[in-house]
Amino acid sequence: MSPAQLLAADGGLGGILVRGDAEGLIAELRQLLQVHRCPAHVDADRLLGGLDLSATLAAGRPVISPGLIETAAGGVIVVTGAERLEPEIAGTFAAALDATTIRLVLIDRGVEGEAVPEALAERLAFWIDADDMPTGVTKGAAEHTPIMSDSVLKMIAEAAVALGVESMRAPLFAVRTAKALARLDGSDAVSEAHVIEAVRRVLVPRATQWPEAQDEAAPPPDAQAQGEGQGEAGGPLADTVLEAVKATLPPGLLETIRARAARGKAKGRGRGARRRAPTRGRPAGVRPGLPRGGARLALLDTLRAAAPWQKLRGAQARIAVRKADLRVRRFRDRTGMTTIFAVDASGSAAAARMAEAKGAVELLLTQAYVKRAQVALIAFRGDSAETIVPPTRSLTRARRLLAELPGGGGTPMAAGLHAARTLALSERAKDRTPHIVLLTDGRANMPADGTAQASAEQAAKSIARDGLDATLIDISARPRAEGQRLADALGGRYIALPRGGAADVSRAIS
Amino acid sequence: MKTALLIAAVDARIGGVMVFGDRGTGKSTAARALAALLGPKIPFVDLPLGATEDRVVGALDIERALVAGEKAFEPGLLAKADGGFLYIDEVNLLEDHIVDLLLDVAATGENVVEREGLSVRHSARFVLIGSGNPEEGELRPQLLDRFGLSIEVRTPQEIDLRVEILRRCDTFERDAAGFADDWQKAERKTLRSVTNARKLLPDVGVPDAIMRRASELCIAVGADGLRGELTLIRAARAKAALEGKKEVKDKQLIAVAPMALRHRLRRGVLDETGSTARIERALAEMFGG
Repeated sequence: MSPAQLLAADGGLGGILVRGDAEGLIAELRQLLQVHRCPAHVDADRLLGGLDLSATLAAGRPVISPGLIETAAGGVIVVTGAERLEPEIAGTFAAALDATTIRLVLIDRGVEGEAVPEALAERLAFWIDADDMPTGVTKGAAEHTPIMSDSVLKMIAEAAVALGVESMRAPLFAVRTAKALARLDGSDAVSEAHVIEAVRRVLVPRATQWPEAQDEAAPPPDAQAQGEGQGEAGGPLADTVLEAVKATLPPGLLETIRARAARGKAKGRGRGARRRAPTRGRPAGVRPGLPRGGARLALLDTLRAAAPWQKLRGAQARIAVRKADLRVRRFRDRTGMTTIFAVDASGSAAAARMAEAKGAVELLLTQAYVKRAQVALIAFRGDSAETIVPPTRSLTRARRLLAELPGGGGTPMAAGLHAARTLALSERAKDRTPHIVLLTDGRANMPADGTAQASAEQAAKSIARDGLDATLIDISARPRAEGQRLADALGGRYIALPRGGAADVSRAIS
Repeated sequence: MKTALLIAAVDARIGGVMVFGDRGTGKSTAARALAALLGPKIPFVDLPLGATEDRVVGALDIERALVAGEKAFEPGLLAKADGGFLYIDEVNLLEDHIVDLLLDVAATGENVVEREGLSVRHSARFVLIGSGNPEEGELRPQLLDRFGLSIEVRTPQEIDLRVEILRRCDTFERDAAGFADDWQKAERKTLRSVTNARKLLPDVGVPDAIMRRASELCIAVGADGLRGELTLIRAARAKAALEGKKEVKDKQLIAVAPMALRHRLRRGVLDETGSTARIERALAEMFGG
């Protein structure tokens, strides 16, 4: 049974989130349901319906259009480029999904760092990769809803716990999926086979852990096994189911889940690129345009534009306004700041430095909390750089991610600088002001072929070329020339803090 | 969570409920269930994430302006919520300027609109119910303080409870009408207790000793400002009313203290010590056992 068939059979499944090329899925959907395509930058009025401005102006009386959500009832809405959905639109879709009036298929073609809003993804039963699309044949629908025994419900509940899926929506979707599978199979009752398939389809993509990992650790004491949250093994029913599921997984998926678990709880999908909100910030003039997508009508300017044409348009009792006369207000948003820490977490005195960096980040977070600024943390060690704390104002999240950060290895400076630059440019694209703070002793040694320092300086120069604000804080015990040289290449400030404590670092930056 | 929602329904002056919790923990389901319980005459308005100011506050009715040449006010969500509930999902992600707006209206009970040639003022008294996931962003303390009560929800950890949730949803799907019938008796009972509590509320007395203990508790846990104590007393009264009692005793105070105070504690922004734990410790010390 393909996801399309399941979705067509039960609208309560919400929808499908697809990564990759979904044309095959869409073609299949077309044969089962009415498909309505929708771009990611659709505005709320088009979704919810309302006054059709052009038609109204042309007809001279209100013309209401019903809105996509209403028109698509019973069919399915397909959104391409879903990673670019604005929060308002995502929220509108989420509300419609809650009221189960629509089916939604989101196609995510985003790169690393862009993702469909979590609140919306959560309400779609199936998360799939286009390359890994299940297919199937229906045997004809059973008459009545298949019976679900208590043990089957228990299997699903236990499997969800074993896979570390916290939200109750997921097992609820799994229950529906199992029922739909049984029905399309012509069965009277939901069997273990249906459960296995449902777990595979719904719960595995959301898994944050795989229970076998528990076997390697010491067995937990009985009291713990009773009821405490994470890392809990499911029950005996779940083990059978999960063994069977494991057999059907594509290669590499299990590894991905285990890696995710090892890294700590999934970093959480981002909120996607945010475009400039059309009604925020200080007013900055007026321009021609339609009052849609939140842009506010500038009434006086509109009337002023229409006024000279009245006689020509033969207007009598009322003012004749054409689409071209409409003016909307422009705003200039006071952009927020994002401070990006790039920390050298390599073996050379890593532990102490990491502690300082973490301390400084926490202090800055406290200030950021007040100033509504954001903080991000990139750590580089070994042979790569990793974004440990993606840009966030959430203290809870930052603190948790900081606590899980390890140290040690070589110093891949260029990789760290490159990662910082990428993140800074992405923040700039979201109309925020990025500021890079590099904590290091300035000495790069990875890759180990001798080119490390030169690569680092190249990377620093490209940061300077992009006009990005940067500060280098030299935490080596005895500041050497490399630090100053790197700072010069960055085109930024150089601050030597040989034994800088967190407070010093944070003061130096503010 | 259910207790908090019922208390907020009994006494609107308490100022609404903030529900913290992860996804899929039943937050909005519970809020909407409250709306359904109280009946169709009580407005229950959803404030969607990313709602623009126009839709919240109301704006010039463009249709009438352009077509009929009339200046008219098109009411926004605040007008619709008057006399009822305003539910904000993901309240910690709300845009700052909308937060400011809501603070003003919640404080004065009135929505003042001055724009696009309009000058309108209308009543906007509602109970705010907010839900959110703290992992996604912090809520400003001023807004948090506006919420009378706060609750933390987690998905139940016991397998049996989770299975029961799945079972009930399954039963509902198979026979919605039957399910509704089965639970109707319980629902009516709850509704009756809320209606009776509202009637009883003015007669519920708070002895001096209880008032003193409430103040002592607030000082002991470091609750900011006086709103904590006022809310604590009001919530205790509403709880007593729900139980059909005419006098507030220690029991009610203990029951409502965590929900009334946990979001008002003065603490360093990065302080990890759980607020709930601190309140429970203080309660244990004060009331013993």
